[in-house]
Amino acid sequence: MLSYLARRIALMVPTLLGVALITFFMLRVVPGDIVEMKLRSDGGYVTQELIATERARLGLDRPLVTQFAEWMQGLVTLDLGTSMWTGRPVAEEIGTRFGLTLQVSVMAAIISVLIAIPLGTLSAIFRDTWVDYLVRVFTIAGLAVPAFWLGMLIILGLLALFHWSPPVTYTPFWQSPLENLSQLIWPALAVGYRYAAVVARMVRSSIIEVMKEDYIRTARAKGVFERLVVMRHAMRNALLPAITVAGLEFAFLIGGLVVTEQVFNLNGIGRLFVEAVSRSDFILIQALVMLLALVFVTMNLVIDMLYGVLDPRVRHG
Amino acid sequence: MSVSTSDEMVPPTRRRAWRSSPVLRFVLAQPLGAAGLLVILIMAGAAILANRVAPYDPEAVDFMAMLAAPSFDHPLGTDAFGRDILSRIIHGARTALSIGFLSSLLGCTAGGLLGVTSAYFGGKVDLILQRFVDIVLSFPIIVLALVVVAVVGRQPIAGIDLNLIAAIAIPIVPRAARVIRSAALAVRAMPYIDAARAGGYRHSHIILRHMAPNVLAPYLILLTAYIAQAILLEASLSFLGLGVSEPKPAWGLMLAGDSANFYQEAPWMILFPGLAISLAVFAFNLFGDSLRDWLDPKFRM
Repeated sequence: MLSYLARRIALMVPTLLGVALITFFMLRVVPGDIVEMKLRSDGGYVTQELIATERARLGLDRPLVTQFAEWMQGLVTLDLGTSMWTGRPVAEEIGTRFGLTLQVSVMAAIISVLIAIPLGTLSAIFRDTWVDYLVRVFTIAGLAVPAFWLGMLIILGLLALFHWSPPVTYTPFWQSPLENLSQLIWPALAVGYRYAAVVARMVRSSIIEVMKEDYIRTARAKGVFERLVVMRHAMRNALLPAITVAGLEFAFLIGGLVVTEQVFNLNGIGRLFVEAVSRSDFILIQALVMLLALVFVTMNLVIDMLYGVLDPRVRHG
Repeated sequence: MSVSTSDEMVPPTRRRAWRSSPVLRFVLAQPLGAAGLLVILIMAGAAILANRVAPYDPEAVDFMAMLAAPSFDHPLGTDAFGRDILSRIIHGARTALSIGFLSSLLGCTAGGLLGVTSAYFGGKVDLILQRFVDIVLSFPIIVLALVVVAVVGRQPIAGIDLNLIAAIAIPIVPRAARVIRSAALAVRAMPYIDAARAGGYRHSHIILRHMAPNVLAPYLILLTAYIAQAILLEASLSFLGLGVSEPKPAWGLMLAGDSANFYQEAPWMILFPGLAISLAVFAFNLFGDSLRDWLDPKFRM
């Protein structure tokens, strides 16, 4: 088990290196120059020398390979460089925001899975009845409704019902857990809907698949209560593919937050990313991409590990 | 007996033509998909005839009718500049469908060719291409799209939103490549491919003429499915201010910026553009799902 884990972690390195290479060189084939853009937006007359000194200060005048090597060295030592725009260390910019985004996405994931598993199961057991149709309409709609619009609708509803609008600053969890949760539940629901829909669809189809198996017939034949057949025999096996989907979609949940954070005034990673893109702050963009890729790769690893725990057939030696 | 006589009244050739019409068979076998197709066709019609269908000029500012509630004059109300929301939604369909279709076409075609090539050559080529696909897949769709936006910039190229189309198409490429590759692997094992190789055809000829036509079904399914994704992505990017820019009407853009300041005064500004996005995505999903069941019941995405 441990050696398998070590091997898997070692395998993450080439993937992350690939992501780093693609991001780094993609961002540097750009025609525009961020330095010139930044200086111009600051106002005043921009001379060629001024651009040159600023480029030298940011280390942009050195060969690309050197820049890449330095970036890699920085990544290993967690020194992510300084934001080209704000001039603050990237690690600091990310550190102050990562917690919020992580909290909302974990909340969204937990709520969605808690909703999705019963819904998917009900839909599968009552296949082709009105229960099934209701759930299917709910899930198909979940794939079509944009998360940011759902967020806006939630705000609209809360405004009408409770005169609540998204706070300018969010209360940290350790200050007042209840207030924090009551503020963050709404963005979590907005991004979680699609996630719940995807997972519920997967649960439904895999339970329908499993219910055709011989061991389900055997269990029924020996007189096991139907409830137990579903809960013990079917769900255990049916949830495996659902876990895969849930894990894979988690990275996309963070992706969904990129847009939804704007709606709720959340000062998280997503918003930082959008700001970095609108300002062509490459140092910040590449650091954020690496962070998201790391989350994705780690989630894949976690799923594989969970698989081993839940399914003895794929236990890793 | 009466049934057979009524059958005989229709000339056999016409009857067969009527039954074998693929459109009709699709409608009968997949009523939900047909409903989706109908919505798509209505939207496409509105998009093409936008200048005639829309009651107002979508960019016409009317300060006498700012934030007007839905009424007979403005069925879906007006925005903060007094622009008619219905007209902007109809013209927005043009933006959404054209960008959605073009970027999905571009992404699926590039991805499809990559997938077929990968499957055809196999071995090292396949290994390297698949490794590349795996790496690109670890970017969430919107993240990769945003990185591309950062690279190509926000200015439309030659008056068309080519930059936006590229940003949406590129994340589709590895996803399409993976699906098409697995379909193409089965084609690769067919004897006629070996025959073509033995016949001395060039690689490009075999890939394009012998393999590609045989993965058309999954290609069409992907194309439809990714139009839905592309519409959603375009709306998200425009909402963030990184997609289509004002004053061009686009659904995501209608939800951006100002509209959030008018939650209470003008909820219709938020309601209707979002409904348009959802309906379009819903229709393409419905049609895509049915197309999949119809063309290839075994195919899973």
